[in-house]
Amino acid sequence: MTEELDLTGQDSDAGSEEVVLTPAELIERLEQAWMNEKFAPELLESKSEIVECVMEQLDHMEENLRRAKKGDLKVSIHRMEMERIRYVLSSYLRCRLMKIEKFFPHILEKEKTTHEGELSSLSPEELVFAKQYMANTETYLRNVALKHMPPNLQTVDLLRSVPKPDLDSYVFLRVKERQENILVEPETDEQRDYVIDLEEGSQHLIRYKTIAPLVASGAVQLI
Amino acid sequence: MFCEKAMELVRELHRAPEGELPAFSEDGLRQVLEEMKALYEQNQSDVNEVKSGGRSDLIPTIKFRHCSLLRNRRCAVAYLYDRLLRIRALRWEYGSVLPNALRFHMSAEEKIGRIPSTQKLETHYVLFSDTAISRKNLYEVRCLKDYGEFEVDDGTSVLLKKNSQHFLPRWKCEQLVRQGVLEHVLS
Repeated sequence: MTEELDLTGQDSDAGSEEVVLTPAELIERLEQAWMNEKFAPELLESKSEIVECVMEQLDHMEENLRRAKKGDLKVSIHRMEMERIRYVLSSYLRCRLMKIEKFFPHILEKEKTTHEGELSSLSPEELVFAKQYMANTETYLRNVALKHMPPNLQTVDLLRSVPKPDLDSYVFLRVKERQENILVEPETDEQRDYVIDLEEGSQHLIRYKTIAPLVASGAVQLI
Repeated sequence: MFCEKAMELVRELHRAPEGELPAFSEDGLRQVLEEMKALYEQNQSDVNEVKSGGRSDLIPTIKFRHCSLLRNRRCAVAYLYDRLLRIRALRWEYGSVLPNALRFHMSAEEKIGRIPSTQKLETHYVLFSDTAISRKNLYEVRCLKDYGEFEVDDGTSVLLKKNSQHFLPRWKCEQLVRQGVLEHVLS
């Protein structure tokens, strides 16, 4: 099972970068995406290529196992490995869905303003889910309460009423690539902003907002 | 005082610990909506008086009623939305089918509204199983009800009768354990 996999970029006609990954590297990427998603307060970029490749990989493994001798010890061990990968994948997708459900007006608003070519934070299926969820919620509120209210009060601005993700929450991270001159904004009026350097391999507890772009680029890993 | 009923609804939810879903207070919501209707009608007539009769001393009262209307709406929507959040959290825990005791506490609209969205995604990914990592591959389970034939991965089928015990692969029996058909035997 040491096949190599192709991870292609967004559009194949736009000069995609083809990154060839071993299965082990693919699973590592999945676990990194999973941990980042779990610890970040907002919805991160959609990694649908990784998800699809992992599902393909699981299918291959399933096929191989079916052809193998029954009762072989290797079969159970491989099955266990498959279960663990399935768990990580499920957990990753569930985490994203829960964040979509929690912050749906803000996420959909951001999608509207994302231009072509920029990476979206929703996969196509997730986008459908989010839109349906919004429609369902609006319909429900309208039918149960709002349509019975006086005419000038029948709309509720969900964008203002639903809480936003708290980007000021603190996260733990490990630095993968050395970063210099990260500007840390002050929290209170007495503090002033200061600049820090992040050494490779060091671990920090820091406000998410400060390092959000570094998570997206892969320079740091949330733990 | 105005908005008393609306505040009561909010307080009721605030008192219930997280994860608990108290019964849907249809009566309470109806009273809030009725109060809003009454306030609005009073305001309408007062606004007419101000316009035609020049009674600008009514304006503070109109403003006050308007604030009460806004507060009533905010409380009502908060009540409904918080219930939706609770139902959603319970659905993530229980899977697609909620236990009857809970469904009893939900209004008719709450029951129908929520299911379609995740079903679409579930056709792509299996989401509700695999919720916990386990060391063992095979579980020993006891059957609680008569279920019938059950096919396992390598094609062999197992007859699930009440009180029969089996060794089954984890992912297959997890769904059945949740539904209450099988019971995990801890030795």
